[in-house]
Amino acid sequence: MAATVTTDSTEVFDKKSWMGGVEPMRVSYGKLMMWFFLLSDTFTFSALLVTYGLIRFSFPAYDPAVHGAFQFSDLYWPIPEKVYNSVPFLHGVDLPLVFVGIMTFILIFSSVTMVLAVEAGHRMDRASVEKYMLWTIIGGFAFLGCQAWEWSHFIHGTEKGRLITDVLTGDVRTIFGANLTENEYGPAAFADLFFFITGFHGTHVFSGVVLNILIFYRTATGLYARRGHYEMVEKVGLYWHFVDLVWVFVFTFFYLV
Amino acid sequence: MATVDTSLVHDAHTHEHDHHEPQSFWRTYVFSEDHKTIAKQYLITGILWAVIGISMSIIFRLQLGFPKMSMGWLKPILGEWINESNQLDPDFYLALVTMHGTIMVFFVLTAGLSGTFSNFLIPLQVGARDMASGFLNMLSYWFFFIAGVIMFFSIFIETGPAAGGWVVYPPLSALPQAHKGSQLGMTLWLVSMALFIVSQLLGGINYITTVINLRTRGMTFSKLPLTIWAFFLTAVLGLISFPVLLSAALLLIFDRSFGTSFYLSEIYINGEALPNVGGSPILFQHLFWFLGHPEVYIVMLPALGITSEIIATNSRKPIFGYRAMIASMLGIAFLAFIVWAHHMFVTGMNPFLGSIFMFLTLIIAVPSAVKAFNYITTLWRGNIRFTPAMLFSIGLVSFFISGGVTGLILGNSALDIQLHDTYFVVAHFHLVMGASSAFGLLAGVYHWFPKMFGRMMNDKLGYIHFWLTFAGIYCVFFPMHYTGIAGFPRRYYAFTSYEWTKTIFTDLNAFISIAAIVSFGAQFIFLFNFFYSLFRGRKASQNPWKSNTLEWTTPIEPGHGNWPGEIPAVYRWPYDYSKPGAADDFIPQTVPYSQTPESNLPHENELIAFEKEIEEAENLNDQFRQPH
Repeated sequence: MAATVTTDSTEVFDKKSWMGGVEPMRVSYGKLMMWFFLLSDTFTFSALLVTYGLIRFSFPAYDPAVHGAFQFSDLYWPIPEKVYNSVPFLHGVDLPLVFVGIMTFILIFSSVTMVLAVEAGHRMDRASVEKYMLWTIIGGFAFLGCQAWEWSHFIHGTEKGRLITDVLTGDVRTIFGANLTENEYGPAAFADLFFFITGFHGTHVFSGVVLNILIFYRTATGLYARRGHYEMVEKVGLYWHFVDLVWVFVFTFFYLV
Repeated sequence: MATVDTSLVHDAHTHEHDHHEPQSFWRTYVFSEDHKTIAKQYLITGILWAVIGISMSIIFRLQLGFPKMSMGWLKPILGEWINESNQLDPDFYLALVTMHGTIMVFFVLTAGLSGTFSNFLIPLQVGARDMASGFLNMLSYWFFFIAGVIMFFSIFIETGPAAGGWVVYPPLSALPQAHKGSQLGMTLWLVSMALFIVSQLLGGINYITTVINLRTRGMTFSKLPLTIWAFFLTAVLGLISFPVLLSAALLLIFDRSFGTSFYLSEIYINGEALPNVGGSPILFQHLFWFLGHPEVYIVMLPALGITSEIIATNSRKPIFGYRAMIASMLGIAFLAFIVWAHHMFVTGMNPFLGSIFMFLTLIIAVPSAVKAFNYITTLWRGNIRFTPAMLFSIGLVSFFISGGVTGLILGNSALDIQLHDTYFVVAHFHLVMGASSAFGLLAGVYHWFPKMFGRMMNDKLGYIHFWLTFAGIYCVFFPMHYTGIAGFPRRYYAFTSYEWTKTIFTDLNAFISIAAIVSFGAQFIFLFNFFYSLFRGRKASQNPWKSNTLEWTTPIEPGHGNWPGEIPAVYRWPYDYSKPGAADDFIPQTVPYSQTPESNLPHENELIAFEKEIEEAENLNDQFRQPH
């Protein structure tokens, strides 16, 4: 809020950033709030990833010496490369982690365009802010679209499916794909965690896209130009980068480890 | 493409405005963005919840003290929860215990205490017009309000409110078929808590940013009153720990409603096997106590901060060890996050891990003892004025010590195996965080009532209130140590199932219940005093306690923006009481050293050179100079 108010006269106080009467290090209250919100959200995601770790390591890992050739089974945690190996339009081709790599690239790329939007805001370049915000929004939607495809593929499963024996009734039947109680690819917990954590992250991305659209609209209508600064772009940018960073961890936990 | 439309950068933001249009009734009293009004909203809501929460404890205390008593007279309120033979329904007993815990910990001692005093005092004591974001602050209160409404509704539904204890451990809480209290009541509990966490988050980021960004000129962190330090660290604790509870609660919601197995594995219920495999109920305990333990300090630190301020003011002495107080609060805040598993010693945890958590837990005794000693040494040879606020603060120190000592026993993993989930634990935490924190709240109300409402509370009624409550609380919780050591488990409806519990301690339990009723009754003296003084109390003077902090430099009833005209500058720490050589026994923070040559210490004389700089500086962070 006070980004511009503090420009000229703070020089005297700069060395006394914490003396009171000024905003320390010229960080506006809004930006500070965003940082503290992100700190808080870090712990939300940390709790979920700790949950993932704890449940993940309560299951045995796949060991060829013990389990023989790899197949989907309740007995061990699946290998991610075997689960996430499909790409749209390339049916039946084994492309481990290619699609999720594309998704990750899109999200990181949208972070780059967000940086460019913030930088354009510093130059008070309204047209560039609009352009890069639009790219960021497109990137966000593209990521969400990819996630929707991946979820849908995960839910529908493979053509063969997997033969399971019901724990309670002893019935033998074939299941296809995963939901919150059954999972073709391995233990149900694997699917539970996948849906919950990527879903929670996806919700964050979605909120981010909504905020980005709001910022784009306000830029396009000239609100920030009239206000004299584009700090809102910066604040939402912080959130967007955070969501991106969280994805890196989610990606590492689910797909790489 | 790079067009820079500088022409549009005009100076609308340098506009100053000190006066605002009068706002409508709704905006002034209901959807207010003024921190003082929001603080009062929190206070009144907190008082309402306290009455509900303590009433519940009286009902289950009646059951425990007089197991065969006829409770037919409670039928008009409790209806079907009193059964045909005029006895309290055992399921409802569990719900009462759960709700009492939830309400007191979250709604009264977190929202009621932090919500009231952080909101009221942070802008007033750091020298700000209002909170950093009045809108988010208002939102914070209304999220809390909605959380409260949902929790309140859950009391009246047919299956009753949540009944699995305030810690809501799965699998009990995760399986609706496990117990009446795990059905709709539990769902509402989770929804209410999720909203409560949002409220805490919005409040917390506001408190933190206000303290960092909106201090008046000269108000460095080393000149902040200890109240502000306490509220600041409390907000940081809440900001970091509550989101973990949010995650835990969301996962529990999925287990309850959508068939996942995060906390469930290999369970038989009513002789029937459940399909859930792979989860772990211990996981929930880890996540819960990662919030649950810091929560103890979220409840305790504001009360300690308030006490520091009141004890120094009313002993007419500087607080002993200002920096040590800050360091001990920082220490407590840090340690709060690495001791959670001491609540879980009997979960089958590796004893070696238990010994690590025991070690870390016992270290907390060090900063806590520093605080206790500092209070005592501040009182030592002070010119003590026994105002009601002072009595409650001293009472807090007493509870904090006697409850803290048993913490050393419980923190020991070997001893905890004997005492876990007995009345010994109940006695310990009610003294060290329950009663202490409640005393901090009451002390704060007595002390800042004149600033809040422009009138004084009645001292005589305050004294009666104090002695009845103080004696009453010790009479309630001291005997519980004995029943606890004897092995009486907490949360039991009746002690008639075992031969050994049938005959012993029945008198003691009756005594505890009577003491509880007396202490509860004493609170009505406070309520009368509060509401009577609100309208008929003696008019307050501007600085009735002759205190140093900034809030007493505002008009008797501060308006929007707190100070008419400019916010005063700050030149000294807030604890210059009874300074040798000074004319008065207090020197407010706004008095520069240059005006008090008779009482300055050598190093303070050197600071005079820098005062001109503070005096001439502008408050560039003054919210009235910025567009809003």
